[in-house]
Amino acid sequence: MALRPRQVLLRVGHVAILAVFTVFLAFPFYWMAITAFKRTTDLLDVHADPLWFNQPPTLAHLEELFHGTEFGRWIVNTCIVGVAVVAITLILAIPAGYALARLSRRGGRRLGMAIFLTYLIPPTILFIPLSRIVGDLGLQDSLWSLVLVYPSFTVPFCAWLSMGFFRSIPRDVEDAAMIDGLTRFGAFVKVVLPLSSAGVLTVVIFTLTMVMQEFVYGLTFITSSSQYTVSVGVPTFLVRGDVYFWGALMGACLIVSLPIAVLYNLFVDRFVAGFTGGAVK
Amino acid sequence: MTTSARRRHRDADARLGSLMLAPALIYIVAVIGFPFLLGIWYSVTDATVGGGTLHFVGLANFRSIIADPTFWTALRNAIVFTVVSQILVVVLGKILAMALYRPFPGRWLLRLLILLPWVAPISLGAIGWLWIYDPIYSIVTWSLHALHVIPAGDTPVWLGEPHLAMASVIVVDVWRLLPLATVIILAGLTAIPQDIHDAALVDGAGFFRRLFAIQVPLVMPVILIALLFGIVFTFTDMIVIYVLTRGGPFDSTQVIASYAYFTGVDGGDLATGAAISLFLFPVLAAVAMFFLTAARRAEVA
Repeated sequence: MALRPRQVLLRVGHVAILAVFTVFLAFPFYWMAITAFKRTTDLLDVHADPLWFNQPPTLAHLEELFHGTEFGRWIVNTCIVGVAVVAITLILAIPAGYALARLSRRGGRRLGMAIFLTYLIPPTILFIPLSRIVGDLGLQDSLWSLVLVYPSFTVPFCAWLSMGFFRSIPRDVEDAAMIDGLTRFGAFVKVVLPLSSAGVLTVVIFTLTMVMQEFVYGLTFITSSSQYTVSVGVPTFLVRGDVYFWGALMGACLIVSLPIAVLYNLFVDRFVAGFTGGAVK
Repeated sequence: MTTSARRRHRDADARLGSLMLAPALIYIVAVIGFPFLLGIWYSVTDATVGGGTLHFVGLANFRSIIADPTFWTALRNAIVFTVVSQILVVVLGKILAMALYRPFPGRWLLRLLILLPWVAPISLGAIGWLWIYDPIYSIVTWSLHALHVIPAGDTPVWLGEPHLAMASVIVVDVWRLLPLATVIILAGLTAIPQDIHDAALVDGAGFFRRLFAIQVPLVMPVILIALLFGIVFTFTDMIVIYVLTRGGPFDSTQVIASYAYFTGVDGGDLATGAAISLFLFPVLAAVAMFFLTAARRAEVA
């Protein structure tokens, strides 16, 4: 069946809109990838086609990144902070989420307000007083300062997320366990938690991504390059003076961004639900 | 179960509830509430990075900020940065969400690509843009030359001229926040019952009629929430500015958050830095109150 001109026009318009947006949003990552594998002479040749390889690709930039800089160390640091913050977030946020889902009648609303309040006091308001507190505690230039402070933005959001998961579990499950002789807390630990492993996993993923994205606290508390996390180390230490190692820089951005992007994409709908709260059901 | 047994259960639940909630609350008060109050205290003292005893100086810091022309530049820049980028984000986000609404082959791949800017650490994304805006090797300049939009001899220094620099950082902020707004609006669109779309089609409502009489009002609460988060993230952001321009050239992209950082941490004047960053709070509180009320009203209507 032949399409009417109007329909053809609509379809072309649809494809064109999607193409323009996709190029705008994804092009910087293509640009990172091509820069990371181009030879420097190719990169700096103004007469060559910048969008594709004019000389064979090279791994020299990545070698420089891993052997010539502390990039590997920064990844390890990020992982250490990530694991510690995940542990703290789980210990604090999961019980809080359960208490609000089951044990308090007006909890949800109150927590919603509390989370908005914490978003209204963002790192850019808190980093100055916190830098002094971190100094007084002797945690300056130590990864522990980040472990101490990062849960302040992961705990509220994750308590909110886990509250949603616990609400979706039928109450009968706990009632049955409690009739069998478990206490309420016993039922939570032995029955409810195993059932909400998907929710716990979501909390873990979001905490990890939030840790990898944080910049302001890392920039303020950490001063020596061996203690940086990746999101601070790459833009502060690799960008020094007038000499930019674009290949290595872009490689670093890409290596960190892509794994998080893939992980995150699996959970994005839950993230949106957490953001919009009651507005989208 | 008797009434008294049930009440005992409820009391026990309430006690356990407080016990499970307490650690999180205590932590939040200690790491957000306490520093916030400390920041207010610093803003009326002469605190510096070096430590030493603090002296109460009253409103002297606030007086010197109000007399400081750079502060007013930073405030104006922060407002321009936020308002322009959020208008673009909401309009473009609505268009993109509508384009993604109907299923088509490869939609999941497109969604992954479109989400990349929000998911990647923003400091690293901004580094990518620093290279895109490079004064000599900028791919934007190259493309504009190739498309003959600007003459070959004309090479704009994207981050080096005041108006261009502001436009450039706004583009990066739109790039970063557009994905979040799009998925939030898309979730709102998907939540509109199919019957309403069908009924409107049967009644012969045209595209724009359907858009403005049905979709926009029904999605309004969600758009307002996307906008609230967008404003909070943009108004308080210093990462994009720090990485791309450090507030320059000539403070033309300096915003309140970055100015607080350069004064308080780089300059070592904690007290003034704390006072500058406190100006963010009343603005954010007012914006949040306005949007939450508006969202509730839009939901009821």
